[in-house]
Amino acid sequence: MAKDVSDPTKTPVERSESFTTVSGVPVERLYTPEHLRDLNYDDDLGDPGKPPYTRGIYPDMYRSRLWTMRQFSGFGSAADTNARFHYLLKHGQTGLSVAFHLPTLMGYDSDHAMSKGEIGKCGVAIDSLADMETLFKGIPLAEISTSMTTNAPAAILWSMYLVVAEKQGVDWKKLRGTIQNDILKEYIAQKTYIFPPKPSMKLIVDTFEFGTKHVPQWNTISISGYHIREAGSTALQELAFTLYDGIEYIEWARRAGLDVDDFAPRLSFFFNAHNDLFEEIAKYRAARKVWYRVMTERFHSENPRSAMLRFHTQTAGCSLTAQQPYNNIVRVAIQALAAVLGGTQSLHTNSLDETLALPTEHAARIALRTQQIIAHETRVTNTVDPFAGSYFLERLTLDMEKGCWEYFDRLDAMGGMVAAIEKGFPQREIHDASYQYQKAVERKEKIIVGVNDFVMEDEPPIDILLIDESVAGRQIEQLQRLRQTRDNGRVRRTLEELRRAATANNVNMMPSILECVRAYTTLGEICDVLRDVYGVYEEPAF
Amino acid sequence: MEQKIRVIVAKPGLDGHDRGAKVVARAFRDAGFEVIYTGLRQTPEQIVNAALQEDADVVGLSVLSGAHMTLCPRITELMKKERLDDVLVVVGGIIPDQDIPKLKESGVSAVFQPGASTEDIIAYIRNNVRKK
Repeated sequence: MAKDVSDPTKTPVERSESFTTVSGVPVERLYTPEHLRDLNYDDDLGDPGKPPYTRGIYPDMYRSRLWTMRQFSGFGSAADTNARFHYLLKHGQTGLSVAFHLPTLMGYDSDHAMSKGEIGKCGVAIDSLADMETLFKGIPLAEISTSMTTNAPAAILWSMYLVVAEKQGVDWKKLRGTIQNDILKEYIAQKTYIFPPKPSMKLIVDTFEFGTKHVPQWNTISISGYHIREAGSTALQELAFTLYDGIEYIEWARRAGLDVDDFAPRLSFFFNAHNDLFEEIAKYRAARKVWYRVMTERFHSENPRSAMLRFHTQTAGCSLTAQQPYNNIVRVAIQALAAVLGGTQSLHTNSLDETLALPTEHAARIALRTQQIIAHETRVTNTVDPFAGSYFLERLTLDMEKGCWEYFDRLDAMGGMVAAIEKGFPQREIHDASYQYQKAVERKEKIIVGVNDFVMEDEPPIDILLIDESVAGRQIEQLQRLRQTRDNGRVRRTLEELRRAATANNVNMMPSILECVRAYTTLGEICDVLRDVYGVYEEPAF
Repeated sequence: MEQKIRVIVAKPGLDGHDRGAKVVARAFRDAGFEVIYTGLRQTPEQIVNAALQEDADVVGLSVLSGAHMTLCPRITELMKKERLDDVLVVVGGIIPDQDIPKLKESGVSAVFQPGASTEDIIAYIRNNVRKK
């Protein structure tokens, strides 16, 4: 006979033999002061705004300034996306975030054979400065901060943004924003790479150097765990690989002669927010602490800002379901809450239709409203790091940190992240985790509401955003008109100069890329030259 | 001895999201299929050529970028030209409901949307594979 669970004198029967986090880490029934005997407040936590910044990088956090509500958006043509930007700003969004379509991310113009079927689908089609001018029409770049999700061609798209600012008469020193510019996680997870690691890392170090001198308020990189997690990693793998990517960028920049304290304050991070509330909060807190120790102990940084980890968060697309899509609003709200309780600097909340298509205006507005409700109604912003001192959360945070150091030792032993990627190590770790996760879902060890339990037959479909093929026709037509009307002699000269700089390999590439952009040389033309000089990356076999 | 089912798992187009393709490929291997994973960014021509060279029984396509309505019908068209009519074509990824009838009309046998289980995909292939 089953024991009576309501009788407090009897040991209750637990629902499961083991309890784990979303990432599969075992969780005990109860956490007590015994679990925190190795915790020292000053060394492990510190007040917010004080090293090691576990509790936050600012003493007053959201009491002085809320996080930036930054919805990632882009679809169709530059004019379509410009209209969406204006819509989001009108509804209270406080920063912009651009999604580019795949041809732009892969360095192809819209009329390239590989672009067929992809135009305006995953983001906005940008071929040249002309498209970028349309994208930011009526948006004062001195007043808004813009994040651009671009990696392999980051230096080129950033140059386009800088030239648009130039044309608006805005001093580059006033510009605020971020380029993702993180190629390592592309090799590891998202796979939107073009060039091999060596020239890719050179281009990134060039943007660090250029930004430090000319665009001092710009975050020249957003070192991203988001895509690693989306590819199926655990929370710990997301954290460890991302922070180690940060180490790798610093190593390469130092080898190129840059001083850590010159560029490290402009390094920013980007994490995922999955469903496990406590595991996610622990991840963000551990991130700040580990980074503080990396910067001060490994790189001996002296500028306090070099050791203060700032991050953007996006809720987990991979956690959302195509089935009963309105349930996604609830998932996103909980994930966003984790990011806020973890002290994020900016946040994107996914739309309920994430697994079906790019968001409709309606879905995008609900996602934004979710952030506004957390910010203005829940009061979780009243005090800084409110979960500190929780026996469970502090234990998770300490364990997350310990797991990071263990991964760092393994990666150091392999000779760094580029070497580890060439061996396929992080890719394999992530693939194994994603396979285990899928198996656990199929065995119903992990319940996904609406997918493997609480299923509904005959759900009514919801309205989704469709990108019709006429976008492609118009985009190609505009591009071909541009090629006929621009000064093609100037285009040729800028491309020759670009080739010289790339071949020499000892000068910063930004000035020659900026000259190409000013001449309306297209992104595809620039990337063709760079592909020719640098070669293209082929990933190790699966 | 029964011949193993030979499956090409391919990522057409520019999409690099390979989590699903790799999980499915591994589940196929665990189920005893012979799996050839083409790698990323394959053109329709390359995929059809691989199906031909590898004497595939099944071509599994994974597309999450929204380009499926251009890429998948192009692949089935080329397969018909190469007389690969007896090769089963299945598609997985971010495929909206309204596109499924058109994909099936073009020669795709089945579409697996987000949330599909590897067991269901494997069962479908075992029950519908045409070449023996």
